[in-house]
Amino acid sequence: MNIPYTVDERPDTGLTNGKLGIWLFLASEVMLFGALFSTYIILRVGAPEWPHGELNIWLGAINTIILISSSVTMVMAWASLKMNDWGKHRLFLISTFLLAALFLVNKYFEYSAHFATGELPSHSTFLAIYYTLTGLHGLHILGGMIVMAYLLGPGAKMWKENSDQFANRIEATGLYWHFVDLVWIFLFPVLYLL
Amino acid sequence: MHSDPAAVKKTVRGYLMVGAALLVFTAITVAANQLHFAVPVAITVALVIATMKGSMVAAVFMHLSHEKKWIYGALLLTLVFFIVLMCVPMFTLMDGIGTPAAAVGGEHPGH
Repeated sequence: MNIPYTVDERPDTGLTNGKLGIWLFLASEVMLFGALFSTYIILRVGAPEWPHGELNIWLGAINTIILISSSVTMVMAWASLKMNDWGKHRLFLISTFLLAALFLVNKYFEYSAHFATGELPSHSTFLAIYYTLTGLHGLHILGGMIVMAYLLGPGAKMWKENSDQFANRIEATGLYWHFVDLVWIFLFPVLYLL
Repeated sequence: MHSDPAAVKKTVRGYLMVGAALLVFTAITVAANQLHFAVPVAITVALVIATMKGSMVAAVFMHLSHEKKWIYGALLLTLVFFIVLMCVPMFTLMDGIGTPAAAVGGEHPGH
């Protein structure tokens, strides 16, 4: 039995089930990160002093540029697919994957520098919330990379069988990826600059 | 959401423009930080720029500028709960729980 409304839109919502599903998932993600941002406010307001300059602003800025660029390549991957340009779609999706990997490599060096000087999560309240927020965000990057790897590998054959459903999958992946970028847009100033 | 190739082709330039604008706003955020504003001003500037960047990502890349009402409805509900969540820290400051007795009304006799 086929799952209904994977390509055709439901008459009542005007949406495919997948699209409504990814948006409801993102709504739950807003609450997850919202709870952690709320925790950050409580910890910061209650702290007698809050450290400044503990993080490398330039590394954070470079990672912001990397994620914004990956959002552009992701939306271009979807647009290329809609314009029936499979070659460009692959190029943009591979670029997004590589930019995501670059973000994690950058983060690895950042974490390593902190660990080398004994700055573990137990070192201070600031570092505890820093590792929690960036660690969770990093896991989301990793999750996005796994989905992209699937769509570049075994999942790509769907393009020949059902191109509309494949385009919908790329769109859902893109929505998730832009959300991950959006979270970082707020994490960067909150953790690195303020 | 555009679905025909011609309509999508027209939006590509917009995606690239927004991408460039996001990079410019990132540079402005870092530059503003180098000016060493007072903390309240710095927080306001950084969050206003972040909100503008976030809005551009949501409106253009996530196509929220032209979505179906069901998605707007779900996000409106999320926004309401998100605002409540952001107000939770204020409730913890008002109730005085965890605050030393001397700070909320003097020491209790016998303690």
